[in-house]
Amino acid sequence: MTLTLSPPSATAPPLQPQGWLRYLSFSTDHKVIGLQYLVCGFIFYLVGGALAGAIRTELLTPISDFLPRETYNEVLTLHGTVMIFLWIVPVVNGAFGNYLIPFYVGARDMAFPRLNAVAFWLIPPAGLLLISSYFIASAAQSGWTAYPPLSLTTPATGQIIWILSVLLLGGSSIFGGINFIATILKLRRPGLKLMQMPMYCWAMLGTSILVVLSTPVLAGTLVLLSFDIIAHTGFFNPSLGGNAVVYQHLFWFYSHPAVYIMVLPAFGLVSEILPVHARKPLFGYTTMVYSIMGIVFLGLIVWAHHMFTSGTPPWMRLFFTIATSFIAVPTGIKFFNWLATLWGGKIALNSAMLFSCGFILNFVFGGITGVALAQVPFDIHVHDTYFVVGHFHYIVYGGTVFVIFASIYHWYPKVTGRMLNEPLGRLHFLLTFVGFNLCFAPQHWMGLNGMPRRVAEYDPQFELINQVSSVGALLMAVSTLPFLVNVILSAFRGEPAGDNPWNALTPEWLTSSPPPVENWHGEAPLVHEPYGYGVEPGSLSLAATSGRDLWSAGDPERKP
Amino acid sequence: MTSLSSTPSQRPEALGPQTGEHGASEHPGEHHGDHRMFGLATFLVADGMTFAGFFAAYLTFRAVNPLPSGSTYELELLLPTLNTVLLLVSSFTFHRAGSALRRNDGDGCQRWLLITAALGFSFLAGQMKEYFSLPFGLTDNLFASTFYAITGFHGLHVTLGGLMILIVWWQSRQGGRVRGGDPFPLEAAELYWHFVDGIWVVLYGILYLL
Ligand code: HEM
Ligand SMILES: [Cu+2]
Repeated sequence: MTLTLSPPSATAPPLQPQGWLRYLSFSTDHKVIGLQYLVCGFIFYLVGGALAGAIRTELLTPISDFLPRETYNEVLTLHGTVMIFLWIVPVVNGAFGNYLIPFYVGARDMAFPRLNAVAFWLIPPAGLLLISSYFIASAAQSGWTAYPPLSLTTPATGQIIWILSVLLLGGSSIFGGINFIATILKLRRPGLKLMQMPMYCWAMLGTSILVVLSTPVLAGTLVLLSFDIIAHTGFFNPSLGGNAVVYQHLFWFYSHPAVYIMVLPAFGLVSEILPVHARKPLFGYTTMVYSIMGIVFLGLIVWAHHMFTSGTPPWMRLFFTIATSFIAVPTGIKFFNWLATLWGGKIALNSAMLFSCGFILNFVFGGITGVALAQVPFDIHVHDTYFVVGHFHYIVYGGTVFVIFASIYHWYPKVTGRMLNEPLGRLHFLLTFVGFNLCFAPQHWMGLNGMPRRVAEYDPQFELINQVSSVGALLMAVSTLPFLVNVILSAFRGEPAGDNPWNALTPEWLTSSPPPVENWHGEAPLVHEPYGYGVEPGSLSLAATSGRDLWSAGDPERKP
Repeated sequence: MTSLSSTPSQRPEALGPQTGEHGASEHPGEHHGDHRMFGLATFLVADGMTFAGFFAAYLTFRAVNPLPSGSTYELELLLPTLNTVLLLVSSFTFHRAGSALRRNDGDGCQRWLLITAALGFSFLAGQMKEYFSLPFGLTDNLFASTFYAITGFHGLHVTLGGLMILIVWWQSRQGGRVRGGDPFPLEAAELYWHFVDGIWVVLYGILYLL
């Protein structure tokens, strides 16, 4: 991931800082920080992917032969924690949020640039701390949920390091969230109304509200958990008179919103990508905004659907089933809006679009299994089975990770000034899409037939289907290769992109590629209609958009 | 390398003439307001959620986990009530410090700040005294643990706030940052202090009165 090359000197704007070292520095430039998040997150993605490889290798056979059981638990815990807290959350929020939000609101940086840098620099040490626990003592073994009493009886050192690391990452996330809220609400360019912001701003506003409201609860809970481990208090320890279910409530009060922290920004990003490559306005802007806010609200009151088998009283089951089912409404609205955006569009089926469409397909499947899981009678059968694993990977991987790749294909030209190679991108998509579905679709079947999750051994009847799943995982691993080759080689050899290769209307494209420090040489453009594609020429006034020469810097006659 | 770019139905360049000025190294017409107080307020919302989580845990424990037989969990009311008064008064004195600064009465501001800090540290002393006189320890039972965790977490906030007040006191001396026309440290510490006091009132209600 060398994203540090300067563009051909002819288009290199004088203000652009040079040298790759600034990516290792305490830079306060939001674009540098965005890339720091992205590259750092991707490195952790490779780590988490290697761990997933170890899991799928172990599961090739019904017995625990490749990894000892304890090691399997450690690997499983590290995999989940790395993927959630060090890859998805930092990248889909921190990386794209930092890079794009200041452009979208017409600002030159985030509201608190130094806090921003602090938020990023909490991540690498936290990640290293987490991974080092595997080598120092033994890593935590109680899964990414760290449910007591399991987390109280597994080796303490690893669990404590896990808690420390998650606390640091939570802090980073909160600082980031504060910054996004302030930037979106307070740093908007004069004249830019809320309802004119690109959709990703709304997604990040909603996400950041969730971050600010729910992450602190997790932090407080983990502090209590660490007391239970170190000081032998009994908050969550039933044998000391404590209550383990309270931990679950507090944990899911964060972690259900956390699934939206992982997916709402992805919703925002596809909402930017689809209109550009379908050359149509984003369908239903207003309903989209209200859906996001509806999801934020509902997302805060559905957490106990993770606890239907934890002795939850009937009224609670009823309430949380109904509330959870309601989430399907705003989510469905967004889904149909995306379809309507594509409908009748001049669709360019490039890599960014392919990954976006892959997202829509995978996400709708994961959403449907989600609604099914919200129904108590069904959930008590498949809870803690591979069905749940299938469900959330369809959303977290098939949804968010697909969008991350789509976004990289979409914004790479802006960031580096060079195009990615299209055939390699399509190969990447094909391998990922096939590998992903091969890996995770069978897991629904396993779960329905009773294979529990998080165990290194399983009933021999599941051997063949697990091997199918593992082949899918292998394909996914292979799919990373064309991607890596592509992003590295294209940084040196890619075709020069020009300022606006997609002829997009959102503000980040109205400046040079890569953009100068402080984003625009002149005044920030005022974009009232970020999705005004396909309107009759002349009907859309960009007159208010200043910095006209920024447009002409891109060659309008450039042929693909 | 080839790349496939979309065929746009129209090019933005064709959207008609644009006007605009640029080139100035300054960025005219851009406001760079001070949003630090907004950021702090957002942070305090987050901080408040941590307390909310603790309170929710405490109340749930109360509702579903009966105190095991033979364990004690008794709280005296006198000292904490006195402490509540101390904190409420300190919120008021901090407010006076702020008004003094706005009146350009720097010495008055410093005096009120010192009084506020003194009240804050007396609160902490009272809290310590209470801790040492209680008939239960941290790990005695669920309620003891929760009590110490919540009041301890709040006490940490008071300590931090007290230190902040002392720093602001130093900054509001003749020629210091606050008196030199940047009221942000004082306003920030004041907002934070009111927040900590407000949390205490809720805490007092839930832990002592309920
Ligand atoms: C229509 C929307 C959704 C519904 C109704 C839904 C419902 C559920 C339910 C009921 C469970 C609990 C299953 C069980 O453990 O027995 C669950 C688990 C899970 N869901 Fe969803 N979900 C939805 C969307 C999402 C999204 C958007 C994400 C992530 C971006 C997500 C991630 C997860 C995760 C990670 C778990 C498993 C947590 C664990 O036990 O480790 N879900 N979902
Ligand atoms: Cu959930």
